[in-house]
Amino acid sequence: MTVTDEPTANPGYKQVGTRPIRPDGLDKVTGKARFGADLVLPGMLEGAVLRSPHPHATIVAIDTSAAEAMPGVHAVITGADFPDLAANGARPDDVLMSKNVMARDKVLYEGHPVAAVAAATRKQAKAAAAAIDVTYELLPHVLTVEQAMADDAPILHEGMRTRGLDPAPEVDSNIASRITHERGDLDQGFADADLVVERSFTTKPVHQGYIEPHAAVADASQDGRANLWCSSQGHFSMRTSTAKVLGWEPTRIKVTPAEIGGGFGGKTVIYLEPLATLLSLRSGRPVRLVMDRDEVFRASGPASGTSLRVKVGVTEDGQLTAADVWMAFEAGANPGSPVGAAGMTVLAPYDIPNFFVEGFDVVVNKPRVAAYRAPGAPMAAFAVESVLDELAAGIGIDPVELRLRNAVTEGSQAAYGPKFPVIGFVETLEAIRDHPHYQTELGPNQGRGVAAGFWFNAGMNSTATVNVNEDGNLTVVVGSPDIGGSRSSMCLMAAEELGIDVGRVNAIVADTETVGFNDVTGGSRVTLATGAAVVDACRQIKDDLRGRAAKTWDVEVDVVEWVDGQAQHVDGSETPLTLGELAAKWGRTGGPISATAALNARGVGPAFSTQVCDVEVDPETGEVTVLRYTTAQDAGTAIHPSYVEGQMQGGVVQGIGWALNEEYIYSDDGHLENPGFLDYRVPVASDLPMIDTVVVEVPNPAHPYGVRGVGEVGIVPPLAAVGNAIAAATGVRLTDLPMSPPRVLDAINRAAGDGGD
Amino acid sequence: MATVHFPSSLRDLTGGVADVEVDASTVRRLIAALDERYPGMGERLAEGVSVSINGEILPDALYEDIPDGAEIHFLPTLSGG
Repeated sequence: MTVTDEPTANPGYKQVGTRPIRPDGLDKVTGKARFGADLVLPGMLEGAVLRSPHPHATIVAIDTSAAEAMPGVHAVITGADFPDLAANGARPDDVLMSKNVMARDKVLYEGHPVAAVAAATRKQAKAAAAAIDVTYELLPHVLTVEQAMADDAPILHEGMRTRGLDPAPEVDSNIASRITHERGDLDQGFADADLVVERSFTTKPVHQGYIEPHAAVADASQDGRANLWCSSQGHFSMRTSTAKVLGWEPTRIKVTPAEIGGGFGGKTVIYLEPLATLLSLRSGRPVRLVMDRDEVFRASGPASGTSLRVKVGVTEDGQLTAADVWMAFEAGANPGSPVGAAGMTVLAPYDIPNFFVEGFDVVVNKPRVAAYRAPGAPMAAFAVESVLDELAAGIGIDPVELRLRNAVTEGSQAAYGPKFPVIGFVETLEAIRDHPHYQTELGPNQGRGVAAGFWFNAGMNSTATVNVNEDGNLTVVVGSPDIGGSRSSMCLMAAEELGIDVGRVNAIVADTETVGFNDVTGGSRVTLATGAAVVDACRQIKDDLRGRAAKTWDVEVDVVEWVDGQAQHVDGSETPLTLGELAAKWGRTGGPISATAALNARGVGPAFSTQVCDVEVDPETGEVTVLRYTTAQDAGTAIHPSYVEGQMQGGVVQGIGWALNEEYIYSDDGHLENPGFLDYRVPVASDLPMIDTVVVEVPNPAHPYGVRGVGEVGIVPPLAAVGNAIAAATGVRLTDLPMSPPRVLDAINRAAGDGGD
Repeated sequence: MATVHFPSSLRDLTGGVADVEVDASTVRRLIAALDERYPGMGERLAEGVSVSINGEILPDALYEDIPDGAEIHFLPTLSGG
């Protein structure tokens, strides 16, 4: 269901921009779709993982003898059963990845795997895992960036020195790296301002909340090869990473993608795959490993918790003059938070002549963070977009107008460096400003907030094969897992290219031995990059078909054109040949018709979103109700508008959850206290109104169909949009997420002079 | 001739210089030229750095051609969700 008009940027398309029924929908709603945990193989064992109960400890000894003797147990593995990548000279990142999959010498967070078991039943496997005797020597832990950055903090990684400092530090630190961006003269910029607002913000770790837990089935052979089935955002990446951890060549592993029940960035990394493979190798039987929900929370990567300080100056006529940003991002147990992206996105929507951005990647005793839609950008935007809201109010101009006066356009020098290509930020601002929603009256205790966001999008490597079948229908073979409707988008672009109805095209996601390499489904890249490969392959096929028609008519190929799904002679002297007719006689014209395209995609089109949110705040309880929400996002071209709207709505809903309810709650002793959906509250349909969408289409000129990528930017503005709406409703600025009822009520009471908690 | 813009994280090697003109036809030759001018730059640029050539951000750009007059930026390599 949608409440928007049809996008109209490309009225000449016959297939692109239409809304065919999603090809995976029926199987999903009838339970036929096979997700990661659904595969059953003959003789398959069930696995269980023993995880650390401590946030930081040295592993002194592991005794598996009791577990190995238990009924039904076929294999038990620990870190000692994996190659020592550090000793083998592997890259530091790969060493850390391996140790995250299975601890070797110490555990760095509650939930860190220390052993795994394969047994005849899941119950037996869990019982055996519980019987493994691990001797720990407990170490002091740190849970926040403030604790981890303290001078006397316990160090997680011996030998880790902060990169990006000059001179290079001579002592170990939990700060993995420091990033900076700067331009102009900061002091002069603030001196030029008529109003300066400075605020500090915090955000908590939040999980992507995919409904399907991580799952993997492995079937290893004694010849050292393995089949692996798993739910992921990139089975080629799973293959590469699993092989690294096992010390294998990647091509010893064949990975078949399962249907995926949500990823949002969190399924771009390995957890279970090497464990299942090694257990299978040891037991000689297929092994299935499936995380329980509490394991998903405790041991798979959430988004970073953060601490930010933002200071921005503006003139009385609304020109931003300077910005000073400080950010520290929790990386979890190993370095690699998205603070780099945060530093690049935090000021990207605006043309600010003077700024300094400083960011720190900080390890803490929590699970290693993973990507989550536009990683790093939502937290950064929460801080800056909140401050912009205060500045607009302070100088008395409309918050959309403030953004319009400073918005980047084509040719603007992005705060992170290069000049922007064709972008549609201004169009999204205008779409919100001109939307009926923005003009409606509000009632008591109600407020309206706006916020904007930016994401780069990505290109990267893709391969696609297009096969013409004997009936003239197409099969599109891709290697990009479909997490947001990409199969349908591939079908639409192929149908458009060949001039046939989309119903004659089917797309499949093939295994690692059936299609060429593809990078992960991430960075909002698949419709752009894999789509470009599909278009390339279709254009090869069109050329091939024109040649076959020329052969059939005994004419030169340059007098044959391809129009509306058939070959035509330019002067109309021959009876046109349809795709089906040419396919039916391919034996006479060169054999089956197929083409493959492989590319490293170029021409990435950045994405912007502007959003408006209305809330009502209950002054008695602090409960925030979202009354109305509208999001305008530049899609470039909406290949399948329903999927685009779905991505926009999904990002907003997850962002609202991040703003209002979601948080990892740790006890002081490092234990996660809410590892389940009852206590970790994601928004459900009944919590929210329909999210209105405005699909802005400023086509990306570097893509054959103008695609930008739509999966991520929608989650960037909601944190601030909700916060700004609450501020408008209550007169109180909240700077710590989530803005849950106790926090909102406390802030209201403090503002009223009641003291709060 | 290309114009290279250094992020602040690399300016410790350039003595604070933010922009420099370099005559190089590929990214590999550019990095070699920069390493000669600013020792240590080559090693630093080998660590997960993307290159933006006229606004196109390329994560694996070593062999890319550099058009005359190009604007070059070095950026951290990103991952998306």
